[in-house]
Amino acid sequence: MVSPVLRLCMRYRVTGLSSGTGQKSPALFHKFITKRYVEFNFSPEKPCEGKGETSRMNLCQAINSALHTTLVNDPTAVVFGEDVAFGGVFRCTLDLQKRFGKDRVFNSPLCEQGIVGFGIGCAVAGTTAVAEVQFADYIFPAFDQLVNEAAKYRYRSGNQFDCGKLTVRAAWGAVGHGSLYHSQSPESFFAHAAGLKIVIPRGPIKAKGLLLACIQDKDPCIFFEPKVLYRAAVEDVPVKEYTLPLGKADVLVEGDAVTLIGWGTEVHILKEVADMAKEQLKVQCEVIDLVTINPWDVETVCNSVKKTGRVIVAHEAPLTGGFASEITAVIQEECFLHLEAPVQRVTGFDTPFPHVFEPFYLPDKWRCFDAVKKTLTY
Amino acid sequence: MALQRCTKHLFNNVRVCTSLIQSMMCSGGSTSVNPKPDADTPIFPGVQSQWAESLELIHPHSYNKFPVYRVMDRNGCILNPSEEPQLESEFVERMYRTMILLNTMDTVLYESQRQGRISFYMTTFGEEATLIGSAAALAYNDLVYAQYRETGVLLWRGFSVDQFVSQCFGNCEDEGKGRQMPVHYGSKNHHFVTISSPLTTQLPQAVGSAYAYKLANNGRCVIAYFGEGAASEGDAHAAFNFAATLNCPVIFFCRNNGYAISTPTHEQYRGDGIAGHGPGYGITTVRVDGNDTLAVYQVTKASREYAVKENRPVLIEAMTYRLGHHSTSDDSSAYRSLAEVKEWGSLDSPISRLRQYLALKGWWDDAKERSWKEETRKMVVNSLTRAEKVLKPDWKEMFHDVYYDMPAQLS
Repeated sequence: MVSPVLRLCMRYRVTGLSSGTGQKSPALFHKFITKRYVEFNFSPEKPCEGKGETSRMNLCQAINSALHTTLVNDPTAVVFGEDVAFGGVFRCTLDLQKRFGKDRVFNSPLCEQGIVGFGIGCAVAGTTAVAEVQFADYIFPAFDQLVNEAAKYRYRSGNQFDCGKLTVRAAWGAVGHGSLYHSQSPESFFAHAAGLKIVIPRGPIKAKGLLLACIQDKDPCIFFEPKVLYRAAVEDVPVKEYTLPLGKADVLVEGDAVTLIGWGTEVHILKEVADMAKEQLKVQCEVIDLVTINPWDVETVCNSVKKTGRVIVAHEAPLTGGFASEITAVIQEECFLHLEAPVQRVTGFDTPFPHVFEPFYLPDKWRCFDAVKKTLTY
Repeated sequence: MALQRCTKHLFNNVRVCTSLIQSMMCSGGSTSVNPKPDADTPIFPGVQSQWAESLELIHPHSYNKFPVYRVMDRNGCILNPSEEPQLESEFVERMYRTMILLNTMDTVLYESQRQGRISFYMTTFGEEATLIGSAAALAYNDLVYAQYRETGVLLWRGFSVDQFVSQCFGNCEDEGKGRQMPVHYGSKNHHFVTISSPLTTQLPQAVGSAYAYKLANNGRCVIAYFGEGAASEGDAHAAFNFAATLNCPVIFFCRNNGYAISTPTHEQYRGDGIAGHGPGYGITTVRVDGNDTLAVYQVTKASREYAVKENRPVLIEAMTYRLGHHSTSDDSSAYRSLAEVKEWGSLDSPISRLRQYLALKGWWDDAKERSWKEETRKMVVNSLTRAEKVLKPDWKEMFHDVYYDMPAQLS
């Protein structure tokens, strides 16, 4: 059994580092670390059919558009969080306070438990509340309000009260140098709280439609936005209002060899892996974007697995208790006799999210491709 | 299009943020605070105060403690006639009758738990004035967020004994559909948000609802009840700060009853109670004798007027004493003497005090007392006996209302 660390070193062909001899090559190692980026290609959606005029928007502009639309069409709607007034640290709320005023778009004090608690209260009183948590890494002070309160509000009151008008947005996932506290993907913590919906877009077109769907949804939603895509992911996004369905996974690439499942940024890596597999291994993989973590689209995933018999689930979040575990458990319950190989999980390691070691940490295309090869030859 | 996850990407954001802030500060917009040379007063963005040229560490004892407002003495006599609320006899009698009904219901339901008929109960003994006095001063549709010892507020609003008892049994007449422990009441029709066990979570929620009411301009306020123990939770700090910075018409009503389960106040806080927090957050504050129904009424009425008119929060700290155990799972003789409880009950009972006021006014007598107590007992016992026989909700209710629509994995 080769340790993950050694496996990584072997893959990146760092000479002189082995488990036995302890012969290190510091100069080479240093050069390797500073030169090595984790590359991925953002794979844009084709422009939508029949949704009218479109405009080139990046992810944060698409989100801005969704918030703008909400503030125009829903007179009760409010948008708040730390620093949203001037436009937000990622500029997702740019110009909203100017256009809609301080009563509806405003800064809150620096207090996530307050932001979410306040948002719940707004929602209970009939106001559409879109709360921002600056980084998903900082959502934990609001864990009690989300898990013990928001998730359970309707159930515990016998449906007399609910906070469905609450949506919590947070910047999510690896960004290249975010390290422990600007890179986390905490979706699996919240997947465990029935009553919440958790949604993660892969690009601008999905983001606008899904965010509008979350805001209009009758249940409290958490909307995680892949921050690395904010500026760099650009698509032709419909200008007018549209929603996309929650709880529905997207099959982005059809295939019959291996099912590749991911969400958010990882979807783009998996698309590339599918291309690599086609070119190098002459097999066609099926790529699925889960889109909604909870409730997740079991049917679409199982239909695919029953077709391919082989599955890779990839996410940036750490391995143990990561959402891949849940998907894997259901797959083996529902599709056991169809499986040709165990479900592979390619994920972050069970460590905090590191800084300079990020390229090793992430489930990049090479780790995923390795998993594809492994599952095909099982 | 190839991307590189490298420092340039986030640096761009940081550079933008910094330059935006700089431009806002230089342009003299609303956020700019320009330093002046040799100013008479300090002009830091964070404070409006004076200079001090001799060093003084300011100790807590040098701050004045909040006085305790009262209207009656312990014998029900009005101390300052100009402070006596001019209430109709029917209204004050209704307050007193509700306190007796509350007391009776608490007694019977506590006993019923001891007998194994319900699983759990929490009484409000000793705090009847805080609840009825405040509830009576609110508008019917002011939204109430409570902790768990505010049964009296819901009773005042018109929630029936049958409804209370149904919730305790979790039978199919329970508004909450049998999902929660006893005393976790809630009623949309009575504008009383369903209680949840985690303490203090209701405080920032109350602030959010108040903000929503402000935007809706509907003339309503929100009241959030909590104990002095719950005030130690982080959510209290969050709520106070949000209410003050966002200008919310919310009343924070603290029942300081001396104990958080077994923890006495001197182990809960070191400052001037909960009222002492108010000025720290920029919140208008008042402390009141919580066993004086008329004082609680006056304070709540004035606070409500202020909150709604100014869209500002108010913090009320009602000083009282928890005569009962924390709950049926508690035996308070483990941490306080029976003598202490007995003394408080006989020297400063909120019910006795109001009764004496009524008697002095000629609005109450022994016959009425006997008759009403009998009636309340019959009412509650009948309700209990009936509710015991009502069936529980269908087992399918365990799976409903998790989401608005039932998800595939539950159906």
